[in-house]
Amino acid sequence: MPVLETKDLTYQYGIGTPFQKTAVEKVSISIRKGEFLGVIGHTGSGKSTLIQMLNGLIRPTGGQVLLDGKDIWAEPKKIRDVRFRVGMVFQYPEYQLFEETVWKDIMFGPKNMGLSENEAKERAMEAAHFTGLKEELLEKSPFELSGGEKRRAAIAGVIAMDPDVLILDEPTAGLDPRGRDVLLAQITQYHKARGNTVLLVSHSMEDIGRTADRLLVMSGGHAVMLEETKAVFSKGEELEKLGLRVPQITKIMQELYKMGCPVDPATLTVDDAFGQLLPFFKRKEELR
Amino acid sequence: MIADITLGQFFPGHSMLHKTDPRVKICLIIFHIVLIFTAGNFFSLGLVVLFTFLGMCVSKVPLKLYVKGLKPILFIVVFTAVLNIFYGTGEPLVQWGWLKITGNGILNALFVSVRIVLLIFTSSVLTFTTSPNQLTDAIERLLKPLSKLHVPVHEFAMMMTIALRFVPLLLEETDKIMSAQKARGADMESGGILQRIKALIPVLIPLFVSAFRRAYDLATAMESRCYHGGEGRTKMRVLKLGKQDVFILGAVALFLGAFLLLNLWLPPAILR
Repeated sequence: MPVLETKDLTYQYGIGTPFQKTAVEKVSISIRKGEFLGVIGHTGSGKSTLIQMLNGLIRPTGGQVLLDGKDIWAEPKKIRDVRFRVGMVFQYPEYQLFEETVWKDIMFGPKNMGLSENEAKERAMEAAHFTGLKEELLEKSPFELSGGEKRRAAIAGVIAMDPDVLILDEPTAGLDPRGRDVLLAQITQYHKARGNTVLLVSHSMEDIGRTADRLLVMSGGHAVMLEETKAVFSKGEELEKLGLRVPQITKIMQELYKMGCPVDPATLTVDDAFGQLLPFFKRKEELR
Repeated sequence: MIADITLGQFFPGHSMLHKTDPRVKICLIIFHIVLIFTAGNFFSLGLVVLFTFLGMCVSKVPLKLYVKGLKPILFIVVFTAVLNIFYGTGEPLVQWGWLKITGNGILNALFVSVRIVLLIFTSSVLTFTTSPNQLTDAIERLLKPLSKLHVPVHEFAMMMTIALRFVPLLLEETDKIMSAQKARGADMESGGILQRIKALIPVLIPLFVSAFRRAYDLATAMESRCYHGGEGRTKMRVLKLGKQDVFILGAVALFLGAFLLLNLWLPPAILR
């Protein structure tokens, strides 16, 4: 059974005013339990609205969101439980930090769930470990941390709730290249260790190509594709029409393939490409 | 949502009123408000209503939006009307103990509520058809004589521009932070007053931090573009009176003549 499912999910802004606009239109998708799903789409394609409906922050104007087969709005009073089960990390989450110490801030979510001080502390400790926050930082005020550390603390605040589904909206935006790599590696590690479902929204095709099992492509409020990452990235021309593109390394490998090289045109990572290309150079050396 | 406030919002358009010089608009609106409060009988009041309505139509902003802007102050209108009904003088029509309703009270209530509604509509005509930038430009120009008295008029206008510019930004930011805290299970919709105030802390602290951050960023951005106050500063769009301004001034002069005629020559309907 899919962990999250949407049926004809629709959201319209400003109904009945001159500013009425449909942000998401009749999206029917199902998200498998335990998968790592990448979400890509041009700015204004409805990604943000869609993911905010998945955890009940926005109430859809049409259609349903099913969590484990149950409509999340069946009992509007219990929507908080849905938000604990579907964790959401917004863009630039460091701007939501507010407590006196990093500890307390990470414990905010678990405490709202009604956990005891000790349980919350345990959760916070674990979450801090997953995001690579050093222990001495936990006693500091969140406003004393560096940009990257703040980001980690904020993500830990959501992970500490131990959600079944974790949604991350551009978690690497504005980080330096190494920060990006490390954070992405930690997210994949977390995904593997916990075995829960992760949704990653990103504009970086490289990040998505490296991490996601499947890809959801949004355009103009519609879900255009939902397929294996390799299958989506093999449709380079279609993606470019939607204002997207394939990872650079995939593009290179596709060009080589067209020139007649026996390589995989759906290569997603530099490491993979390196492994495929190395034999050619070795053979060339042997011929010499 | 917080973003649903229409009072004081600008609606871009191409009507005659949109093109009118903002200085002219401000002066006329102030003038019109004075007339609203001096109208003493039904004929002059009717004329003011007619003129306000005319202005609303000429602005080409949907009338629905004007009515929507009325909602938040509906309570004040009803409240003052009820107070006025019981505070009239003269022969009581109905009486319960010390509470009495007189014909004069009813008239007063009617006049007061019509005046408040007109006041809102009139100021909405101004804010709907004038962008915040135009508005502050006009205020700066109109207050310029005060700079002779060492009043920092330019700085005042700049502060107003910045404040107006930040209102939608901060609203958006509040919305975002609220969503983020709700996603972590913050409960802002239930509980007693004390609990609700407590629930606001996770929103207010990040909001303050970001407001300060934005202020610093803006100050740096202004400084790096060599902003040094109003001295010797010229304007990209210099306000000039045009044809439509003269036309509107003419229309208003006509209206004033008719108003004076009706208000002074006919007897007043309410005590002033």
